Parts: sequence; C-alpha cells; structure tokens
Amino acid sequence: MEQPFDLTLIWAGIIAFGVMMYVLMDGFDLGQGILFPFAPDEHHRDVMMNSVAPVWDGNETWLVLGGAGLLAAFPLVYAVFLPALYIGVFLLLAGLIFRGVAFEFRFKAKTSKYLWNWAFAGGSTVAAFAQGAVVGAYIQGFKTENFRYVGGALDWLTPFTVITGLGLVAGYALLGATWLIMKSEGEVQQWAYKLAPRLLLMVLVVFAVISVYTPFVDPFVKQRWFSGFSAIWLLPLLALYCAYVVFSSLRKQHEGMPFVATMGLFLFTYLGLLASKWPYMVPPNYTLYDAASAFESQLFLLLGFLFVIPIVLTYTAWTYWVFRGKVKAGGYH
Amino acid sequence: MELDPLLLSRLQFAFVVCFHAIFPVFTIGLASFIAVLEALSFRTGNPVWQKLSKFWIQVFAVVFGMGVVSGIVMSFQFGTNWSNFSYATANFLGPVLSYEVITAFFLEAAFLGVLLFGRDKVPQGVHLFAAIMVALGTFISSFWILSANSLMQTPGGLELRNGMYHVVSWSEALFTASFTYRFIHMALASFLTAALVVAGVSAWFILQKREFDTNRKALSIALWMLLLLAPLQVVIGDFHGLNTLKHQPMKVAAMEGNWQTANGVPLLLFAIPDQQTQSNHFEVKIPKLASYVLTHDWNGEVPGLNEVAAEMQPPVFIVFWSFRIMVAMGLLMVLFALWGLVLRYKAKYHQSRSFLQGLRLMSLSPFIAVLAGWIVTESGRAPWLIYGQMTHAEGLTPSLTGAMALFTLIGYIVVYALVFSAGVYYLLKVFRGGVEKANRPHEQEEVERAKRPFSAAHASLEGDN
Repeated sequence: MEQPFDLTLIWAGIIAFGVMMYVLMDGFDLGQGILFPFAPDEHHRDVMMNSVAPVWDGNETWLVLGGAGLLAAFPLVYAVFLPALYIGVFLLLAGLIFRGVAFEFRFKAKTSKYLWNWAFAGGSTVAAFAQGAVVGAYIQGFKTENFRYVGGALDWLTPFTVITGLGLVAGYALLGATWLIMKSEGEVQQWAYKLAPRLLLMVLVVFAVISVYTPFVDPFVKQRWFSGFSAIWLLPLLALYCAYVVFSSLRKQHEGMPFVATMGLFLFTYLGLLASKWPYMVPPNYTLYDAASAFESQLFLLLGFLFVIPIVLTYTAWTYWVFRGKVKAGGYH
Repeated sequence: MELDPLLLSRLQFAFVVCFHAIFPVFTIGLASFIAVLEALSFRTGNPVWQKLSKFWIQVFAVVFGMGVVSGIVMSFQFGTNWSNFSYATANFLGPVLSYEVITAFFLEAAFLGVLLFGRDKVPQGVHLFAAIMVALGTFISSFWILSANSLMQTPGGLELRNGMYHVVSWSEALFTASFTYRFIHMALASFLTAALVVAGVSAWFILQKREFDTNRKALSIALWMLLLLAPLQVVIGDFHGLNTLKHQPMKVAAMEGNWQTANGVPLLLFAIPDQQTQSNHFEVKIPKLASYVLTHDWNGEVPGLNEVAAEMQPPVFIVFWSFRIMVAMGLLMVLFALWGLVLRYKAKYHQSRSFLQGLRLMSLSPFIAVLAGWIVTESGRAPWLIYGQMTHAEGLTPSLTGAMALFTLIGYIVVYALVFSAGVYYLLKVFRGGVEKANRPHEQEEVERAKRPFSAAHASLEGDN
C-alpha cells in the first residue's frame, strides 16, 4: 500500500514516549521496594508504601500498553527481544507479580507482614535489575538471522548487562528516595535525604562506565559520537547538569527539586541512548523500518491509541492530584 | 531423556491459560449479575438488593485483581515461547490484543473505580451506569480475545506475504467462521458460571441460616438464570459443534472417538481411545446416535480420523474425554435447573438440604466445564496452531531449548502456587465474611489508602475479622 505518511515514525515516537513514561513513573515506586530492606523500621516502610500505593498500578499501565503496542507496531522487536531475554522476562514478570500482590496483601496482613515485605523488596529489585539488563542487552545488540533470534539463552547476561542492571537498580532507588523526600516529612524524609547523595554517586559511576565502555565495543556508537561534535553532545551535558542540580538541591534540603532533577537526569540519559542507536531498533541489523508491521495494522491500532492515551493521561493526572501532598503512615487497619 | 521445548511450551501455555481463564469467565458473568442487582436496587429502592450488591462487588474485586495479574503473563507468552507465530500473525494479533488492553484500561480508568468505591460519592444512577459499563466492558474485552482465538481455529481475512500475514479484510479477520458460535457459547458459559457460584454460595449461607431473606433472593435469581441458560447452552453447544464439523472435521472425529469415516456412526458413552492401534477399547455405545446428532440423519456420514495421517491427528484420548466431561457438567446443570424448578413449584427450593448441598458442589462445575471445553477446542486443533496453515512446531520460538522451557514452566508453577493460593485463601475469607461483613460500616475511613480492586474487600488476611 502507498503510505500517505510515515506511520512507523509516529509509532516509534509513541513507543519511545511510553517507555519513558514507564521508566520515570514505575521507577520511583520500584525504588520504594529496592530501599525497603534498608528502612530502619516498619513505620518507614508504611510511609514508603503508602506514598506509591495509589499510583503504582497506573504506572505499570505503561508497561503493558508498551508491550502490546510493540507487538502491533514493531513485531520484530517483540519477536527478537522476548526470546533473547527469555529468562530475564520470566524474572521480570515474577518480580512484578510478587510486588504487585504484596501491595494488595501487606495492608491486610498482620503476622505475615514480614513475608510481604520480602515479596515487595525482592520483587521490586529483581524487576528493576531485569529492566536494566534489557537496556544493556539492547546496547549490546542481538544475534539474528533472517528476522529470527539465533543466540543462546544467556547471551543477555554479560558483565556489561550486570552493570546496566545494577545501574538501573541504583537509578530507581534514587528516583524512589527523591520521591520520598517530596512525599514525606520528619524522620522518614531525613532518612531519604541521607540516602539520596550516595545513590546519586552510584548512578554517576555506572553512567560513566557505560559512556566510556559503549563506544569502545560498538563502532557504530563511536562513529555517532566522535565523528565531529554535533548537537547530541548537549544530551550528556544536560544529564550532568541535572545531576548537579540533584546534588545541590539535596544539600539545600529542597523538597521537590531533587525528584524533578532526577527525572531530568533519566530523561537526558534516555535520549542520549536513543541518539546513540538511532535508527536501529533491533541492533545491530534492523532499523525501525525493518521492524515495523504493515501500514494498515499500524493505522488500525493508532486510532485506538489516540483515543486511550489522553484518557490514561487524564486519569493519571487526576490520581496524582487526588493523592497530592504529604503521606502519613496511618490510615489503614 | 531429551527435553522437548515444544511439549514443554505447550504444557506451560496450557497451565498459564487454564489458570488465567477461570478468573475472567467468572468476572464477566458476575459483572452482569452486579449490574442486575444495581438496576433492581435503583428501580425498587428495596435495600436488600444493595446489600447483596455490596457483597458481590467485593468478590468481583478480588477475582478481577487475580485475573489481571495472571493475564499479564499471558501477553508475554506469545513472544517468549511462540515468537514465530507472533511474528507471522503480528499484523492481526498485535492490534487485536492491544485493543483488548485498551478496553481493559479504559474500563478500569473510567468505571471500575466508581463501581468499587463510588457508591456514597456519586448519584445512584451514575453508580448503576458504571456497573453496566463494567459489565459491557468485560464483554468487549472477551470479544477481542475470542476473535483472536477464532482466527486460529478458522482463519480468514488474511493473506500470507513473505512469511507474514497481512490483513486484507478486518471484518473477515475479526469475524471468522467460528467466531459467533464461540462468542455466544462463552458468553453463556460466563453467565452460567456466575449463576452457579452465586447459587452455591447463597445455598451455603442459607444452610447456615445467615441473612436468610437476602441470600434467598440471590438464590432465586441464580436459579432462574440457570433454568433459562443451561438448556440454551446445550442448544448453542450443538450449533457450535456443527460449525466445528464443517470447518475442523478432525476435531469432531476426535471428540466422537471415530477412527473410520462411516455412515450410521454410534455415540460412544465410554471408550479408551488408543492412538497407537487407531481404535477404541471397551466401547459402550448407542447405535447411530452420533450420526443423528451431527448430521440430523440416522445414517449420515461422519468423518473419521483415518482421513489424515496419524501424526496429523489431534490427541484423541484428551479430546474425547474432555468433551465428555464438559457435556456431563452441562447435563448436570440442566438437571439441577429442573430440580430447582420442581422445588420452586412446591415453594421449597430454599428448604431442601440435599438440593442446597448439591448446589454447593455444583459451584465448581462451571469451572470444570469451561476448562474441559477449552481443552477440547485447543487440543482438538492440534497439530495446528493456525488451523491448516501453521503447526505448533512451526510457531515455536526457534532459539528456545528444552532446559529454558523447563525452567520457566517450573518457575510459573511455583509463582502461581504461592501467589494464587494466597489469593484464593483470601477470597474464601471474603466468602466467609458474607453479606453481613460487606455491609458493616468500617471503623476507620481509609483516607490514604490505595484504591486498588482488593481495597474494595475488607477482610484481613489472618484471624477471623
């Protein structure tokens, strides 16, 4: 069919937007789970969980929407990433299930509360690590032949993807800590103030390792960044600037700015990553156009997405508005 | 022994989908029951309807929550274990499954919250509207899923180009030859599931003499539903079977245990089908009845499994027996519907202890029937993943090894065992709390709490309250 406009590009934009929304939003609530074992007592844990309880499932909406959208718009991504990350996908799902169920049951539990604490902490950490490893695997690229994944079961698990996995765990923990600063007060907030700079440091170390390592292993990325200075160099600079703002606002004990600046750090790092790999969607062999589905299928679903995304956004904004302000520990029985 | 990724993947899919299916099949019917209760409450103002609705909404919330969690795994299975199939069918399957997700999100965002938590916050008419929309939404959701499944059973509207199917007609692909029958059959199954669970739970409360008048009303509605729907389902099931005979004759041959194409084929009440010898052992049969049922002619010709090579036959034993279990459950339902009618005529349907005890057990029957039915239709399609076009082996992920598949199969079994035993345990607590607890005012308004589906239920995980 003759294509009147470039739907594939529009869909790439939608998916990129969905992934970003997911990372930012589920990031801070996964972060609560990652920080859970380090909390001094149950009071802290109650506040942490209450701070994300009303919004976490809405946040995960973006994952499911993105997954379904990928199958429809870029089936090659779906059909290569999932087999290549087979074990990782299982860990991710199991992690998300355990932490999701912990949200439901921890509030209703008395004697078994500690079990749900572990389910929440373990599930969140495993899910975050698996997502970080996915990012690393994407940077590494996939062994493909004739539009099929032909690599082994654990190709995705390399020292590099372990670093990206741990990096995202630290990153989500930072998002979680700065979110907690914004949503809590008193000793919980002070505890989060103490944690955040250390987490920022860990994130920056991983950021540096990835930035130095990637161009070395991937000539394509090297070419992109070092063949003359282009506008894309603004992205890492902006990311570093955001890191500086996080650091200074933490020192001045600002409440909202650390979280906003951390989101900025994530955003610019993410854009930098996309700029490194563009237009490859299943590196090293396939671009977004190779990965795309048929025009009429993309169009058919676009109508639905144009309808539902504004609704999801409105619903999300409304939920955040209703639950604005500081959280307290109590309120449940 | 060599681990076979194909067999393990099929087991895993069967496990995950069977586990998932029992939740939506219940919530789809229950959502309509709740809408009916809300409508009765709106029209009559009789507080008894609202009391019932408050209880059943709690049950709905918990089951819905479990359905959502188990459903997420489903949507990733296609890619992890069946990537060749997903890739080939993505132009159709992608949008269809996405629309299901969209429907579910829209439903949850717009109406579920109002239904679960909005009773005292919105006008009663708005609450009723939300209940109706949730009920409608669950049907729209199942529309997409059944459309996708029907396409795999009776493909249409697609064209294969360079290893990928392209949709040439959306209406033909969405409404393939078996879709209408499958949809009605499943819709009735959902209503029957809700009716039998409501009947069984109400019967249990009545036996315990709890909230007698309230639960008697629920039982009465459920029994009328059963009386209307159980016989209707037999008729629809027959139509669905004839449709299958036309489009998937080997599935019907396996259901009937019929190895040779012949005229005047008997209906087998009992047999042990043996794929090795291509024959049955220990047959107990009614002469010519299968021919009559399938062709409406005592001497009609019924296709036999000999029409295809042995390796292209479905697993006959599984299909044959699953079909009989499903039919047996259906006939039991009809029997209970008639028993209820006789007792109602004597105004004793809420007094007969044996009837009420029987109903308690019957609350499991729809789940057994639904799972058996899906096993018939899915195993009966074997070895095809898309009937006549792509086999299971062709659809499998090429890089998948037996060890990987075994790892996740065990993994999912462990995760589900842990998570859903907690869920079912909790659901039983909500049942035990009954109408009384659902209508007790809560000591403390849960201001800061998440408004999650489970939040609509108030039982605690341990102890008696």
